[in-house]
Amino acid sequence: MSLWQKHAILEKNSIYLVIGILIVIAIGGLVEIVPLFYLKNTIEKVDGVRPYTPLELAGRNIYVREGCYLCHSQMIRPLRDEVERYGHYSLAAESMYDRPFQWGSKRTGPDLARIGGKYSDAWHRDHLRDPRSVVPGSVMPDYSWLEKNDLDYSHIDGDLKVQAALGVPYTKQDIADAEQDVVTQATQDSPNTAAFAKRYPKVNARDFDGNPTQITEADALIAYLQMLGTEVNFKLYSDQANIR
Amino acid sequence: MANALAPQKTMTLGEGGLALAFAALAFLAIVIAAKAYTPGYAFHAYLFTAASIAAVFAIINRYYERPAEPAPLTIDGKPNYSMGPVKFSTVAAVFWGIAGFTVGLYIACELAFPFLNLDLPWISFGRLRPLHTSAVIFAFGGNVLIATSFYVVQRTCRARLAGDLAPWFVVLGYNFFIVIAGTGYLLGITQSKEYAEPEWYSDLFLTVVWVVYFLVFLGTIMRRKEPHIYVANWFYLAFIVTIAVLHIGNNAAIPVSLFSSKSYIVWAGVQDAMVQWWYGHNAVGFFLTAGFLAIMYYFIPKRADRPVYSYRLSIIHFWALIFLYIWAGPHHLHYTALPDWAQTLGMTFSIMLWMPSWGGMINGIMTLSGAWDKLRTDPVLRMMVVSVAFYGMSTFEGPMMSVKIVNSLSHYTDWTIGHVHSGALGWVAYISFGAVYCLVPWLWNRRLYSLKLVNWHFWISTIGIVLYITAMWVSGILQGLMWRAYTGLGFLEYSFVETVEAMHPFYVIRALGGALFLAGALIMVWNLWKTVNSAESAEPAGIALAPAE
Repeated sequence: MSLWQKHAILEKNSIYLVIGILIVIAIGGLVEIVPLFYLKNTIEKVDGVRPYTPLELAGRNIYVREGCYLCHSQMIRPLRDEVERYGHYSLAAESMYDRPFQWGSKRTGPDLARIGGKYSDAWHRDHLRDPRSVVPGSVMPDYSWLEKNDLDYSHIDGDLKVQAALGVPYTKQDIADAEQDVVTQATQDSPNTAAFAKRYPKVNARDFDGNPTQITEADALIAYLQMLGTEVNFKLYSDQANIR
Repeated sequence: MANALAPQKTMTLGEGGLALAFAALAFLAIVIAAKAYTPGYAFHAYLFTAASIAAVFAIINRYYERPAEPAPLTIDGKPNYSMGPVKFSTVAAVFWGIAGFTVGLYIACELAFPFLNLDLPWISFGRLRPLHTSAVIFAFGGNVLIATSFYVVQRTCRARLAGDLAPWFVVLGYNFFIVIAGTGYLLGITQSKEYAEPEWYSDLFLTVVWVVYFLVFLGTIMRRKEPHIYVANWFYLAFIVTIAVLHIGNNAAIPVSLFSSKSYIVWAGVQDAMVQWWYGHNAVGFFLTAGFLAIMYYFIPKRADRPVYSYRLSIIHFWALIFLYIWAGPHHLHYTALPDWAQTLGMTFSIMLWMPSWGGMINGIMTLSGAWDKLRTDPVLRMMVVSVAFYGMSTFEGPMMSVKIVNSLSHYTDWTIGHVHSGALGWVAYISFGAVYCLVPWLWNRRLYSLKLVNWHFWISTIGIVLYITAMWVSGILQGLMWRAYTGLGFLEYSFVETVEAMHPFYVIRALGGALFLAGALIMVWNLWKTVNSAESAEPAGIALAPAE
């Protein structure tokens, strides 16, 4: 019986055909995905990388909500021009707490993986309100509603709880204090800052949007943007190593 | 069939069970609406409530109006095809197609003229872009696939669609999912995974719809009167099965609460990236390729009135394509933090994928052997054959762009956007238009109103596609080169925003191309409208409806 005739078995039996399809499509995915859960270079920890504070997480969720990832990547490739333009190429560990990842696939705007600390809070506020007021050639939409909308953080502890269940190392205290931590981080010179910063090292805590009377969505988003790519101390590493 | 001893009319288990399930869903949804964390989620819960109640009424109403006996499988020895769901999906496909193209044109204009964002959250680029991609891929493409698969599986198996309410649940449920997904994007409800943006509750609902779709399709194949399963059905089956696997894998998420639309994905960082593009590239491979190849394998032979060129080639095409496609995902992650070995595997398999892709293209185009003259006289066939040519072009360009060194230039630029659209407009949309031009006259038993208008549609949208993809080639390569340009002193030559400003003329040309493509599609709508509403029916039923084999 030739091979062609053997194929008739699959053509005449729908269940065998379905099973055949399942086997054939399973192989590639298994080979490429499963090792990523145990190979060292995809699961190693790097000093400085910490979970997001509740305010940063809320800001990140606004970043997701507005679809920022559709025009901004957060993944610097090890290419000479990218390292010079944006900073040290991105490490896997830097997105280990990113659910979902925000590497993006298109740069209509620049990469944001290391945007933290590059511009002032005031610049970000103006830029979100009216991008062309600070970057005349920009094609970014205005996001003027962010500084008007109150941030809804009434259920932010629930967000931390789910993340903790998925393995993000939030402590019980982090979850219990989540709402209070939002207020602490978004307040200029809050008395709670020192205790808060012990749990979230190197955190930026201040009034981000220039409006101390209100905790807005702009506060959260700017807090997120200002910490992006600032966790790892790259002075310890050479950014010329591994350049492709 | 009328029976002398008319049996007592009773509700079937399916009718009763489904009505009860919908009543329960309505109750659950109204509780969620009352306690939802955000107004957007409450709005969706109310939509679920309204749709569930409508479904209960529709099921009961249908029960009172139907005859006591279920629809017969055959009438006078001929299969009693169920074409209602096919008609619904065909109309929905055309409707969503126009909606999706229009949104695409609008966001193209937003990139050229950013004031068009109008400072409104709902229509800002970041929220409309997923609406555009989902509307064209899942709403337009998905309805074309459901309509054609339900049509083709019945004709090639000479069997009535399996299930009574199930096919209706599939088409109505799927389109309800589209409404939930689309309104969600406008309200900012998204999980930000490209081409898988809908949140957990929409994903759960779609999973149920999809499983029923699979069962209806498989059930119909099992009823077949033909010994062999026709090749188009292999492709449909691979598409349905694989999309189910991908959908579940990529959307594994835990909601913050039953009352929150927000969820967090179980994968994180680099693993999430790999899972996403395993999904993302195979949404292309199985949704936009395998499914539409099934259309090619039925509609081109049917329209050309020729057998498929090579049966053996179709076997190789099928297995090689579905085996190789799954590996190609990592080429979306070249030079990222994904390990190099995975990137190299992705690149290697992407290049190998060129072979089955072109094997399929050859099988489709060579089916015209002995009927080449029809390209001159039948613009519908021409549209389908040109779509296969576009398929060949995109499946050459894709492997080329998956080569790492090419990708280092093309990635993150408009070149990718141009590549996607040569596949989406040239291949997917054109084969779909061809299928719809065939289906509508067959389903409504009418003669197509005007072949001349099909010709206009073809040429106007072809010019649109050419403008679109050439503009994106130039802008993509230009921007990629500007990013890496250095001055003689070794400094980066251009600031980022200078490279954005350089894109403007190409964004205008792209929008013009999109406008022409939309104009062509509107001509199609007019043509189909006149076809369905013409008084005269086509030649005696049956001739145009003869099975393919």
